[in-house]
Amino acid sequence: MKFSLSWLKSHLDTSATLTEITDTLTKIGLELEGVEDRGASLAPFRIAHVIEAVQHPDADRLRACKVDTGNGIFSVVCGAPNARTGMKAVFAPADSYIPGTGITLKVGKIRGVESAGMLLSAREMGLGEDHSGIIELPDDAPVGVAYAAWAGLDDPIIDISVTPNRGDALAVRGVARDLAAAGLGTLKPFARAKIPTGFEHPLHWRIEWPEACPWVLGRVIRNVKNGPSPAWLQNRLTSIGLRPINALVDMTNFFTVDLGRPLHVFDVGKIAGDHLTLRPGRGETFRALNGKDYTATEDDCVIADAAGVQSLAGVMGGEATGCDENTTEVFIEAALFDPIRIALTGRRHQIVSDARQRFERGIDPALLPDAIEAATQMVLSLCGGEAGPVTAAGAEPAWQRGATLRFDRLAGFGGLEVPADEAVAFLESLGFGVQARDAASVTVSVPSWRNDIAAKPALDQAPGLDPARAEAAAAGVAAMEPECDLIEEVLRLRGLDAVPAVSLPRSAPVPGMTITPRQSRSAVARRTLAAQGLAECVSFSFMAQSDAALFGDTPDALRLLNPIAADLDQLRPTPLATLALAAARNATRGYADVGLFEIGPAFQIGASDGQTLVAAALRAGFTPRSWIESARTVDAMDAKADLWATLAAIGVPMEALTITTDAPGFYHPGRSGVVRQGPKTMLARFGELHPRVLAALDLTGPVVGFELFLDAVAEPKRRKKSAPDLPAFQPLRRDFAFLADISVPADAVLRAARGAERSLIAGVSLFDVYDGDKLPAGKKSLAIEVVFQPRERTLTDAEIEAAAAKVVAAVTKATGASLRG
Amino acid sequence: MRDIMTDDLLTLKTETDAALAGATDLRAWDAIRVAVLGKNGSLTGLLKELGKAPPDQRRERGAALNQLKDALSTAIEGRRTALENAAMDARLAAERLDPSLPPRPGRTGLIHPISRTMDEMAAIFGAMGFSVAEGPDAEGDWYNFGALNIPAHHPARADHDTFYLPGENGGTPRVLRTHTSPVQTRTMLTQEPPLRIIAPGRTYRADHDATHSPMFHQCEGLVIDRNITLGHLKGCLTDFLRAFFGIGSLPVRFRSSYFPFTEPSMEVDIGWNRKTGELGAGGDWLEILGSGMVHPRVLANCGIDPREWQGFAFGMGVERVTMLKHGIPDLRPFYESDIRWLRHYGFNPLAPVTLHEGI
Repeated sequence: MKFSLSWLKSHLDTSATLTEITDTLTKIGLELEGVEDRGASLAPFRIAHVIEAVQHPDADRLRACKVDTGNGIFSVVCGAPNARTGMKAVFAPADSYIPGTGITLKVGKIRGVESAGMLLSAREMGLGEDHSGIIELPDDAPVGVAYAAWAGLDDPIIDISVTPNRGDALAVRGVARDLAAAGLGTLKPFARAKIPTGFEHPLHWRIEWPEACPWVLGRVIRNVKNGPSPAWLQNRLTSIGLRPINALVDMTNFFTVDLGRPLHVFDVGKIAGDHLTLRPGRGETFRALNGKDYTATEDDCVIADAAGVQSLAGVMGGEATGCDENTTEVFIEAALFDPIRIALTGRRHQIVSDARQRFERGIDPALLPDAIEAATQMVLSLCGGEAGPVTAAGAEPAWQRGATLRFDRLAGFGGLEVPADEAVAFLESLGFGVQARDAASVTVSVPSWRNDIAAKPALDQAPGLDPARAEAAAAGVAAMEPECDLIEEVLRLRGLDAVPAVSLPRSAPVPGMTITPRQSRSAVARRTLAAQGLAECVSFSFMAQSDAALFGDTPDALRLLNPIAADLDQLRPTPLATLALAAARNATRGYADVGLFEIGPAFQIGASDGQTLVAAALRAGFTPRSWIESARTVDAMDAKADLWATLAAIGVPMEALTITTDAPGFYHPGRSGVVRQGPKTMLARFGELHPRVLAALDLTGPVVGFELFLDAVAEPKRRKKSAPDLPAFQPLRRDFAFLADISVPADAVLRAARGAERSLIAGVSLFDVYDGDKLPAGKKSLAIEVVFQPRERTLTDAEIEAAAAKVVAAVTKATGASLRG
Repeated sequence: MRDIMTDDLLTLKTETDAALAGATDLRAWDAIRVAVLGKNGSLTGLLKELGKAPPDQRRERGAALNQLKDALSTAIEGRRTALENAAMDARLAAERLDPSLPPRPGRTGLIHPISRTMDEMAAIFGAMGFSVAEGPDAEGDWYNFGALNIPAHHPARADHDTFYLPGENGGTPRVLRTHTSPVQTRTMLTQEPPLRIIAPGRTYRADHDATHSPMFHQCEGLVIDRNITLGHLKGCLTDFLRAFFGIGSLPVRFRSSYFPFTEPSMEVDIGWNRKTGELGAGGDWLEILGSGMVHPRVLANCGIDPREWQGFAFGMGVERVTMLKHGIPDLRPFYESDIRWLRHYGFNPLAPVTLHEGI
């Protein structure tokens, strides 16, 4: 909210400086957004009288002037064509800073004539572009007076951000009250007007929807002369960015800001019938004051006359009954509206107005009579006329309530010892009234304008709560909330900086684990993947639906109802999808060979909570080019290596894993695999991405990747390690080459070999795969190394041969492969 | 030696030494070795003849021969070592590698700055007894708003720029959480106080410009206990901020404010220099997080009696503190996955966050 310092001072008697005021505003929760203080840079400049302006003896274009500044007579050399004897101008003394030129003035001689200052143009003062000559002031401008003050430019504009709970601070008077309570002066008394009434008028209110509008006042003033409002009012409004319209409308805008009391004025001549009705809308369309048409719904409270809807109550008035320069009879509306309905109406019609802003936060329900009197008084003074009686419908709602503060809770909750007298004084200065007080507590009445204090608690308790527990908790709110409200008031006025900071007490001598085993697995996976050479990414959870569709289902349930952009409308089915987009972006920047990973959510309908945590990684293009080894394209085994490293690092028992070839369609159908643990659990999938997917994303060259479903990883069993196997005898290695059908998985051969003689075979590894044309069609050769580990003595040749025969037999039995000759 | 050795033996020693000195390669050396120590070698011959010597001389002659054998063996082996060393030196002199060549390629990857910051938060708050809690990104309306004292009409809702997802079976739309406060809600519903948790995670608001991203990260915190006061809130957050930024004297300011879910509410500022961006000095204030004492309604909505339990909550932007700590000027590249940016700002995975190594 914006207001000028002088406006503030019309309510606050203070000697505080601007800085003291703005610092205090921020301290007490009315955060300063900015100060516009044009006067500050103009402070040195004073109104001066040019006693004499004659031709400079040595320069055609200069004049030598004698200037009375009110503080002495100075010689000034001036180059302006309009400098002349007798004029009033603006004088800048030596050592003053000229904002328009960035120069600090010095006393000097210009072609032999002393110049002890400067007469200023508008541009030199930073007040515009005019530099055709120096500023000419009227003859009655007072010599020696600060120019900014005389010109009304020294009134700083203060802009504060008002939090949603503080409707009362959307009023200059409310701000002044808070500042006074914080010790920055005294709040000026509110001058109540009482206007004599001179005639009867049939126009009256009807309330058909008391829940939306419990109380409304109105008054006709006749014989008014509407026109431009006076300069002081126009200045007030323009200084805070409001456009003056006419005196009647400007009056309502003034009170909206001054008292936080939105008013509306109807042109009586344009109202049909003898009453205005507050009722729900019925689908009527009307044109509002902003020139736009709105259709009132049955959830909107409207003001209607015999001709139909004339106003969206509390949000915006209508054009048809608005006041203009021809208005001679005006009806002032001062109403109370339900904040929630106002908020919903404003949001429904997307109208942001000063009235809505105040009504939805709640306005002072007791102020209506005073407000209509004050408004009447201003109309009479601006437009003349004669006031009719106040007409009312509904009644003032019962807003009166109390709140109790136990003094020891200031320290017990707020962390600050505040003497009881000081706490009570703070509350009283905010308008609270002491109803009862003893050594331990004070009970106060809440002022009508503070609807945020001791409000009726609105709870929204979790549906499944145990009823007794819910009831006790609700009772706790009723008991505690008003007190918390009061503690907050005392603390914010006292200043939160006064509360001593206390480190949290230790919960245990040494804190337990900060993260869960599941979170720890993610952390280890993250470090492992980075150690594998991949760069971690954090990409958006949403992406274009068309791109997401390349990576699986895109159910409507995971499609945003209000995406911020068309390419960010679908929750991603897998982080691998957004990594692929990232790879494509990097490629267009000239970095096609990248290794990326991300640990983040994949969104799926069936998953618990609708998402599952996935570690996804991707490598694209070529391995690094080097003088040692030539670059090669990445392949599925690169992805599998990253995956295997990660699985091992997070404690997955690797021997138990099986691999199937049923990866989803965005993987290459022949170069991909699914990693399973037991019959049910899918741990991961990996492989080349399908060329069609790459083409759709403008990715060239192979891209490989994997997805590891971290939520599927079982909690590793925490058991002590068994004793290590460290036989004293050297192991013995034998190589075997098997000729197998092309369809035989290598894993089957390795498993069979490993299982051939468990007590003797310590390890089996594959060291060559060949399926070239030297072999029969449909066959491949798999060469393995088997490590035999003797335990009690060295093996004899016969024993070795027997073991080797067992390996061959086992592999043949399991896979049909035969030993190559 | 000379005293027992006869002239023929001394001659053999002298001749052998001379021959060895003249041998320049292992082949010549081997010929000498065979000629002296081989089956038909000169020393072997002398040893064979020992039996023929008169018994009275045999003992002395034997001792002399043994002495000679030792001496010759040492000399021959010594020469071999010398020749082998020379040969290796010669070979190595030809084996040259340009040590300035780049090594075999292999690059360590990087941890994203957001992950790094979250780890740092976990470490610091962990030392204060907090644990890390998590929850889903897509939430029921109640968890994100209702439980937190933000009813449907509340002006604060308009500020949140919420993303909506279709409701189940046409029900109330689900929301992408606008803060990680729903994790606090879930924690209060599932655990009994006392509680100390932080909730780092993804959050979403429909806002996209130079300083806002539709997805960003927050870390919220919640402390519920019997005697937790606003003083503890100040102490805890001051302790955190000073540890996180590594500035023991970092000025921290608490300012009255408003959030629907806390009362009193306060914004927290840290001291910095607006012109240079330097933290800790300069006399300017920078808003860095929001906090407050948990509102009694929020406790009660989650079944906690505010007469028994009280505490505080706070929330901060992960990207924001990351940008400040590391001088990262722009928000948008955090989510761009630009490999150049990641390499520039990423962290070494083998130097993870630990309190004992420093944060």
